[in-house]
Amino acid sequence: MKLSVPIAAAAAASVLAAGLILQAPPRRATTDLAIKTITIEPEPFQYRLPGEFLKNGRIADGPKQSTALSRPLEIMAYQVSAAEYAACVADGACRPADGPGTPSDLPVTGVSFHDAEAYAGWLSEKTGERWRLPTDEEWAFAAAERFSDDSLEIVETDAANPAARWIAAYRERSVGKSRDTTPKPRGTFGANGRGLIDVAGNVWEWTSTCYTRAHIDADGEIVQTTENCGVRVTGGRHRGYMTSFLRDGKSGGCAAGIAPDNLGFRLVKDPAPTIAQRLLGRFSRS
Amino acid sequence: MFTRRETLVGVAGAAILAAMPKTPVAAEQIDVARLPRKKVTLLPPPFVHAHDQVAKGGPMIVEFTMTIQEKPVVIDDDGTTMQAMTFNGSIPGPMMVVHEGDYVELTLINPAGNEMPHNIDFHAATGALGGAALTHVNPGEQVTLRFKATRSGTFVYHCAPEGMIPWHVVSGMSGTLMVLPRDGLKDERGRPIRYDTVYYIGENEFYVPRDENGNFKTFESLADSYADTIEAMRGLIPTHVVFNGRVGALTGEGALKAKVGETVLFVHSQANRDTRPHLIGGHGDYVWEEGKFANPPAKDLETWFIRGGSAGAAIYTFRQPGIYAYVNHNLIEAAELGATAHIVVEGEWDDDLMTQVKAPGPITTN
Repeated sequence: MKLSVPIAAAAAASVLAAGLILQAPPRRATTDLAIKTITIEPEPFQYRLPGEFLKNGRIADGPKQSTALSRPLEIMAYQVSAAEYAACVADGACRPADGPGTPSDLPVTGVSFHDAEAYAGWLSEKTGERWRLPTDEEWAFAAAERFSDDSLEIVETDAANPAARWIAAYRERSVGKSRDTTPKPRGTFGANGRGLIDVAGNVWEWTSTCYTRAHIDADGEIVQTTENCGVRVTGGRHRGYMTSFLRDGKSGGCAAGIAPDNLGFRLVKDPAPTIAQRLLGRFSRS
Repeated sequence: MFTRRETLVGVAGAAILAAMPKTPVAAEQIDVARLPRKKVTLLPPPFVHAHDQVAKGGPMIVEFTMTIQEKPVVIDDDGTTMQAMTFNGSIPGPMMVVHEGDYVELTLINPAGNEMPHNIDFHAATGALGGAALTHVNPGEQVTLRFKATRSGTFVYHCAPEGMIPWHVVSGMSGTLMVLPRDGLKDERGRPIRYDTVYYIGENEFYVPRDENGNFKTFESLADSYADTIEAMRGLIPTHVVFNGRVGALTGEGALKAKVGETVLFVHSQANRDTRPHLIGGHGDYVWEEGKFANPPAKDLETWFIRGGSAGAAIYTFRQPGIYAYVNHNLIEAAELGATAHIVVEGEWDDDLMTQVKAPGPITTN
């Protein structure tokens, strides 16, 4: 199985893969697909915490922090494709997606957070590797210059007017909104500075991060948090919060909000456990 | 099949035309000939051409021209494409405004490139099937109809070709004529009501056929779409219920705009099916559900009922800023099928009307 390739060879392999699939016998075609990943070394970056933040009882931008991942991040270069997801469906481990399945190089869409989790579990079992959804922080780091958080950078000159932020958010999300929400073949939206393909195109991506509502003090320090894991953070052209079982971004919008175009995902791969960790695991199991 | 049928319909139309009395009494004709004329350029919805709320002077002839456009239109964000028939290229057709006692003079053009014959039935007009029997035009023809606006109110107009009326209507061919009282709108006690803005919300429901996989079908032409569309229509369950011709047309960059303190007249038309407009977070200060201004307006409504085949009018003065959703309050139709518009209202927040006493936080135990 060629589910993982070294980064240097990845580009060549993916070019070859397309040709190979055509010639390969139809059986198990998907498991021959090389999963191209990108490994990003940690470095400090500015990260705005996701969720809803209240300062003095009014909605405020989330605190922005300088942060860094604790270890290199290996993440899929592309969103999971309709064909890749279909293999999980064929194996009986995933529910059929609601989005289009052809052509097969489309990103899978019409999948919920739970579908994404099921796929990660299936892929891990198939490959013996450790695949999972990225956290919002990891996604933001990988999305790099294409990351758009949900801050409005409103100077609170009109703090008494709760509608000001509401209108600003609405405008922010409406301007330049592509009306073409049809999923496009992978690669359509190009690569970001880190080599990730199709970030912030018209498919929003599930992350594992739960929605939180937090109260912050005057210094931006969190004084109280309520977490709701029934809603997860999605990354895309703007940061979204979606009920975990929804498969259609449109269903997530309120009466007056602009919802994600489509819901899909990409996964990160955790390093294989070291011998020491495995031994530890064995001990803890016994 | 179509050619033959259309030919037959065309002949029938011509026969009715021939049977019509050609000239009204001579005296009236002279009067009309002396009336001042005004030519109006129509605007696509949700906008309405400039007009006086109170008529300046006596009755006049108001001239309008509409060109019928048959064309494929995209009706949702998934790219679903419908073979549409339109008055002047928009769904709904543009809104015309005149005053009671004025004469509406419409030139209806059916360009040679079209497939179908068309006509127009004005609910505001008296006689000849609302003008339908006198306006039947084949591709390559035009016709001019004049009728007197004898009753004030908001009225639907729609295409009504014999044998194919509902298909033309649910393919986009409907619009609105507003006949204002000469002295303007009035409340229940006869005091004047004026508006700063008028928005024209045309609601249409579509019946797009699906293929064996449940996906919406695309057709090469109107004729090609006919049989499947009729079958979908006969199920009576629309696939789309939209404002301004497509899902989301009046949201985002297309959202309507207003300011706190501004008075907006919403004219809502539905040529085929009942609907129930509701302004989330607002009200109808004065509502003419049936759209007829000779009747006193209802006051302070939460939701108003627009009968299929009619247009209604509601006046509201915005009191609070924010994003308002104007919906068909069958919320399934609003949220799932498309019948939602947004209004971005700017201005000062009124804490007296509403305030969040305590922001969301952990449940406190006493």
